Amino acid sequence: MILLGIETSCDETAAAVLVDGAVRSNIIYSQIAQHAPYGGVVPEIASRDHVRKLPGIIREAMQGAGSSFEQLDGIAVTYGPGLSSSLLIGYSAARALSQRLGIPLTGVHHHEGHIYSVFLSEKPPVLDGAFPMMVLLVSGGDTKLVYMKAPGCYEIIGQTIDDAAGEALDKGAMLLGLGYPGGPVIQKTAEGGNPRAVRFPRGLDNPGGEWKYTFDRKLCFSFSGLKTALLYHVQHHPESLKDETAKRNLIASYQEAVADALAVRIERALELYDCVSFACAGGVSLNKVLREKLGKLSEKCGVPLKLSSPKLCTDNAAMVAGAAFIRQSLGHPFILPDDVNPNLRLENWDNT
Amino acid sequence: MQWISNSPSDTWKIAADFFRRLEIPAVVALHGDLGAGKTCFTQGLAQAAGVREPVCSPTYTIISEYRGTVPFHHIDLYRLGGPEEAFDLGLDEYLEAGGITVIEWAERAAELLPLSTVHIRLDRGEDDDQRMICIVENPLEKKMKDER
Repeated sequence: MILLGIETSCDETAAAVLVDGAVRSNIIYSQIAQHAPYGGVVPEIASRDHVRKLPGIIREAMQGAGSSFEQLDGIAVTYGPGLSSSLLIGYSAARALSQRLGIPLTGVHHHEGHIYSVFLSEKPPVLDGAFPMMVLLVSGGDTKLVYMKAPGCYEIIGQTIDDAAGEALDKGAMLLGLGYPGGPVIQKTAEGGNPRAVRFPRGLDNPGGEWKYTFDRKLCFSFSGLKTALLYHVQHHPESLKDETAKRNLIASYQEAVADALAVRIERALELYDCVSFACAGGVSLNKVLREKLGKLSEKCGVPLKLSSPKLCTDNAAMVAGAAFIRQSLGHPFILPDDVNPNLRLENWDNT
Repeated sequence: MQWISNSPSDTWKIAADFFRRLEIPAVVALHGDLGAGKTCFTQGLAQAAGVREPVCSPTYTIISEYRGTVPFHHIDLYRLGGPEEAFDLGLDEYLEAGGITVIEWAERAAELLPLSTVHIRLDRGEDDDQRMICIVENPLEKKMKDER
């Protein structure tokens, strides 16, 4: 089965070809340079750039895989969640192509793509022995703990109650004048710094206050206070930005707080739920400090860790086609959405 | 109308008090700097409106929809270049959709806001935990007049 995947939910224009679930090409055009002057994704710039780049990216993906359009068995496209104006570009292109070629189109939830990316490589995916699996989904727009009893069976057991982890890194970098996107630049400037120099809050540590959500508080995240703590620290200690060592220590401590907050929650989740593996997916899963912490956790608790290869961590289209392939190969039919849905929720494959 | 909050849970209570006074449908525009408590106020307001799930930052998706006892929309216009873009994203539909629509960085689309919009200003008080929360006259209208 040859599938073309298309992804345009935010600021990456991506297309990929998978043959029987094995990644044959994975082309990503990142718009980071276009958005960097604004410190974040500007919707109008994103959608215009998608329109310009997508046809070439699709062609490149087809050529990279050595496939022709006639050989395709189907097209998979991200239809949510994301920026509506960005989603629409990929969705319209995918829909037009599927009609022109007379092949089925399937809509994929962006987070499903990230989740199944941990199974993808140049070989067909193997899911046996991975479930029940705990997934930490971390990106610029989302931070969630998803318990998966089986493929296509999602139980969100915790999530951020305010900012996402990637957003905390972006906003932190913005406050410190480091540039955009925050994750990579914070990782780079923190190198060699002392992560214990400044004690930043891990969010929701203080048991006081009201808790009105149905989630277990211990499994939820809060990064809004962390960003404010950084702001206060810089205001109270302006000298910490002038000295290079102090600045490096400050940034390392901030990064440590984000990574630690994430690692602690997944550790708690693994204690509470019976899992034979755990995974971390999404753009922030590229972070070195986080990867190290998760690796140590895996050794400590004896539960194997699954991480995506770096090219599959940030937004890409291989994960979109991969999720569609896995869904189909496990006997669940393609879903054809009528439209994009910027607020799409994760739904179980058997609709329960 | 002015409230003083000394903690995030105070801000939630103030938001609930504000909700009881609010005539629905309502558009609420929040004004304040980073760390002033806009997210916290929005969470409290959503809770009072019967939204049971956490209301997260919509910075990346611009518009988030929730369902409480009334529809609840949370919009962050920080990334928008101007009112045309807000129009393209269908902001006008949300402003007429009923329920409660909370907007951060409303100055990016001041022209699109209905006259009945309630404007709230959040400022840091004397110490790090204190916040002043006020219902204010439309600060954008004044700004527009000043610019003329």
